[in-house]
Amino acid sequence: MIYLFDKSFEGLLSAVFDRFEYRHDVSRLLPADQAQQVLFEETHTVYSSSAKSERVWKGIQAKADAAWQRIIYCAFLSELTEVHHTLFMVLVRLFAGQVNLKNFGDATVLLLSQTAKKVEREKHRMKAFIRFEKSEDGMYFARIAPDFNVIPLIITFFKNRYADQPWIIYDQKRLYGVLYDTDQVHHIRKLPEDLSDHMLPDKPVQMDEDETLYATLWRDYFKSTNIEARKNPKLHRQHVPKRYWHLLTEKKIIWE
Amino acid sequence: MERIREKLSILADAAKYDVSCSSSGSKRKNTDKGIGDASNGICHTYTEDGRCVSLLKILLTNYCIYDCAFCVSRSSNDIKRAAFTVDEVVELTMNFYRRNYIEGLFLSSGIFKNADYTMERLLKIVKKLRTEERYNGYIHLKTIPGASEELINEAGLYVDRMSINLEMPTEEGLKKVAPEKSHEAVKRPLGIVQNKIQQFREERKLIKHVPRFVPAGQSTQMVIGATPENDMQIMHTASAYYKNFSLKRVYYSGYIPIRTDDVLPVVQPPLMREHRLYQTDWLLRFYGFNVHELLNEKHPDLDMQVDPKLMWALRNMHCFPVDINTADFQSLLRVPGIGRQSVQKILEARKFGRLRIDQLRKLGIAYNRAQYFIVCADTPVGLGSLQEHQVRSRILSLGKSKYAPAFSTQLSLF
Ligand code: SF4
Repeated sequence: MIYLFDKSFEGLLSAVFDRFEYRHDVSRLLPADQAQQVLFEETHTVYSSSAKSERVWKGIQAKADAAWQRIIYCAFLSELTEVHHTLFMVLVRLFAGQVNLKNFGDATVLLLSQTAKKVEREKHRMKAFIRFEKSEDGMYFARIAPDFNVIPLIITFFKNRYADQPWIIYDQKRLYGVLYDTDQVHHIRKLPEDLSDHMLPDKPVQMDEDETLYATLWRDYFKSTNIEARKNPKLHRQHVPKRYWHLLTEKKIIWE
Repeated sequence: MERIREKLSILADAAKYDVSCSSSGSKRKNTDKGIGDASNGICHTYTEDGRCVSLLKILLTNYCIYDCAFCVSRSSNDIKRAAFTVDEVVELTMNFYRRNYIEGLFLSSGIFKNADYTMERLLKIVKKLRTEERYNGYIHLKTIPGASEELINEAGLYVDRMSINLEMPTEEGLKKVAPEKSHEAVKRPLGIVQNKIQQFREERKLIKHVPRFVPAGQSTQMVIGATPENDMQIMHTASAYYKNFSLKRVYYSGYIPIRTDDVLPVVQPPLMREHRLYQTDWLLRFYGFNVHELLNEKHPDLDMQVDPKLMWALRNMHCFPVDINTADFQSLLRVPGIGRQSVQKILEARKFGRLRIDQLRKLGIAYNRAQYFIVCADTPVGLGSLQEHQVRSRILSLGKSKYAPAFSTQLSLF
């Protein structure tokens, strides 16, 4: 039996619920939009429900410590089909008492923890690499395009740090973002066309009058911190991978 | 705009030889919806030479009444001079911080007029940031040698870290390049701040709302290679200051001769040596090594070919091999190729059965390097009986140390 789900966390947990409810023999968990890959096997489409997923999450809390709960969630945020499948299988075995999460000798356990580590690393990078631009109305706006879906992991950090300024962090790959209005955080879906990336270089929003000044000073500063005698481009790229450059104030090409 | 750009370029340029960029170790939280916190230690970007950029590192001014031979700002050096106003530093910091460019400010200064005059201005800046801007980001303040105790104590209430540089590893070395300076003059402020930190800590135990005082502690820096000290002298000084002043960090900065003519090619600083010193520092702080085990009269200098942990292991082959499945924490920690995290993982994983080579590799251990120093469940007999020089040449031929690629362009010059 092949399970099809909607790629949400709720959906994944609901799949685990169904597996025990119907006692299916599940060979694979696939995103519903990949159903065409399945040729001969029987499928079951999982309906995501908060009632089901909450019960499963409670079960996980009873069986896995806080660190592992975090690993499970982070591995999910990788959005990788293979990892979602493994996550499903490990959770099923967890409830059946057939897996020990401390045993890193187990390849599936190791895959989850390593994937979670990659996601955590990118989360860490986003905390560092997000660059806000200030618009005329005082809003600080940042665009990101991370490999993994890390916004859920960074909201609290930015909310605590930039508590007295309104900001938006927008994931232009996944077309959603969060807005903080100095009181609460709101989710925003697919911004109107004129705010998304392909409208660049014509800056859609009117920038604060000092925005160019500080962006320029920052680029100057970045250049001047360099010590020519120590130049090491390889190490530089290792720390700041090229795929992030287009959104970094100090690295991106300036449209002038 | 051009004026402020020029100032920033002069005053950032003069500050960049201070290598500390640490922004961690403080627990300052954002209170009452102010701005910022200082508990994360994030590197916001990296320079093209691969160093972390976490702080806006600037001088208040590069005018200086002193003439220390190793310093770009020395009075006899013919360079452009500039000075920020208090407000300029505050605005620059706030605007960089709000855009998530930086974790905070690293502020130091040349000595303008006299020590207290300069220190007063530094104090004004940090006070304004904390009280008027309600800024809770990180602040590292380099104390001005010779500043009065009151000013140092007041500044301590607003900053996260304070530092004052030893400059040269020994008193004799320092006297040669900066006759006005002495290690004694560094010990005084370090001592003042250390006592205060201690005192505030005691009071905090009794009364909850005692403010924090230099919560991220103190650090210092030595220039390496400008004076003839060997590695033993350097690390013994470092180790003594760690102990006597409870320093959080000692930084080592490879000397770059500062030239006034630009006809000659850029001179390479002793990067590999600097790197080995940091590795040694790391072993002292986190791996339970004593400085005498690594550097002593018999071995006054570090091995440039291999890292200090491997160096120690090669000199002490009688301590190996250790059995991965039975050895204790401390012994595992001393195995080349096994880091602290790996030791934890080994201890966890071996509860579920005796560990084999392929499992070790999967746990992220540098097995190619570690194999000469360990036995696993399925280690073939005989591997452990190699001589020191055999192990050394095998490891070297196996491939570069983890860091070698980063230095290859420089090393191939020699
Ligand atoms: S006192 Fe400080 S700034 Fe002045 S020359 Fe000496 S090291 Fe440089």
